[in-house]
Amino acid sequence: MLAQRKPGILNRFYLIEIVRGLWITLRNFLFHEKVTLQFPEQRRDYSPRYRGQHYIKTVNEVENCTACMLCPTVCPAECIHIVAGEREDKEKYPIKFEIDILRCCFCGMCEEACPKDAIKLSNIYEMSQEHREVYTKDFLLEQRGNKK
Amino acid sequence: MTPEISFMLIKVAIVLTGLLAVVPIMLFVERRGSALIQNRLGPNRMGPFGMFQAACDVLKFIFKEDSTPTHVNKFYYTIAPWLVVIPAFMTFAVIPFAGSLSMDGNHFNFQVANLDVGVLYCFAIASLGVYGIIMAGWASNNKYSLLGSLRSSAQMISYELTLGLSIVGLMMIFQSVRLGDIAAAQGETLFTVAGLNVPKWGIFIQPVGFLLFLISVFAETNRLPFDLPEGESELIAGYHLEYGSMKFALFMMGEFINMSVASALIATLFFGGWQLLPGLAWVVQQVANITQVDVLLVTVLFQGVSFVIKVAFFMWFFVWVRWTLPRFRFDQLMNLGWKVLFPLGLVNLFVTGILIYKGVL
Repeated sequence: MLAQRKPGILNRFYLIEIVRGLWITLRNFLFHEKVTLQFPEQRRDYSPRYRGQHYIKTVNEVENCTACMLCPTVCPAECIHIVAGEREDKEKYPIKFEIDILRCCFCGMCEEACPKDAIKLSNIYEMSQEHREVYTKDFLLEQRGNKK
Repeated sequence: MTPEISFMLIKVAIVLTGLLAVVPIMLFVERRGSALIQNRLGPNRMGPFGMFQAACDVLKFIFKEDSTPTHVNKFYYTIAPWLVVIPAFMTFAVIPFAGSLSMDGNHFNFQVANLDVGVLYCFAIASLGVYGIIMAGWASNNKYSLLGSLRSSAQMISYELTLGLSIVGLMMIFQSVRLGDIAAAQGETLFTVAGLNVPKWGIFIQPVGFLLFLISVFAETNRLPFDLPEGESELIAGYHLEYGSMKFALFMMGEFINMSVASALIATLFFGGWQLLPGLAWVVQQVANITQVDVLLVTVLFQGVSFVIKVAFFMWFFVWVRWTLPRFRFDQLMNLGWKVLFPLGLVNLFVTGILIYKGVL
């Protein structure tokens, strides 16, 4: 619905309103705080719940992941590929852990599904690359943007 | 070479380089000014305060591929940008940028051409600019371009009436159309209030005329709030839609130079032109005393400075208004031009005539 306005005679004259408008822009020009973030030097802090680049949490340089296959099961984009193996101490672990990051929709369901708190989404949001990357296990094990 | 010819060439060089320098400066002012008004920072990486950004922009324009679409009329498409730029440069010829100087028997007139038709020449040449825009729109063979140029022709022709009418009162008062005479006449004192001399500037004797001139000059230069020829939201880019690289840059140059000519006209007609700004007369005396230079030379120099300051203020005013007011609708534009400004111009003329007859002005 259109708001019905009845402008007074001074408003219909426009010039006074224009001068007021000019004063507003001048005030913004001179005094107002600028909202621009100087990006590479200054960075915006996102909420800790922000879902960015993935990593696999390690404890004593051993990954938490037990290759339980819950994350590839829950993943709606089907972008996680795990090949499970067995360590000497009969512990199950992923031989291969790959995330096809181009297919990922950053829904964070892998993080929710993980019983071992292994796969996590960090705060990192600059993920542009020159090639179509698939995140390998070595890449994911680097504790980038570790949330602890 | 006789001194007259060499002095003439120097004047031409000053005006040309000054006008060409306006383009990068205005690019910078427009980009950073708009950013600061919108609480952004704008381009600030190249050089101090991002001042060299304009040079980068120009370099980019020069090195871009100068492609011509296949569906255009090549001849008109190519000459249209020039028909916008060249009249814009030509208009500045009659504008005096400093007072005259008599020295060693030589008379120097700081005005490229002191024509008898003066300000009429300005309007005549400025209205040639519309041909460039119509040609650009027509030759582009694109419906949006054509609509843009149609709007532009209707707008410029409608507002030229008001533009002409608004300064007739001024011509009647100063009894001249030569811009040099008008600027010189504005040095007289109109009246004195509490020891302060109010000069006989055009704005004090023709306030309504100034307002009309200001508004129609915005329409003539196709600047916001009257930039309907290039209304992005409905016409994409209007008449320069099919242009790229240096040809587009020429349109932009034309716009900025038109702005500077318009600002110079406002300053000359209504703000005393090269008359010294209040307070500068004292500075001139001090500088002449300290440097032991002839007072006349210093005066001419500071007259030039005053003129540049006045023009610069109105250039800034163009940018300022652009980022304050929204664009008019086309019917609003026509209503304003024909039903408000045109009758107001006639009334202003009538009242001015009565006042001159009664001997008030």
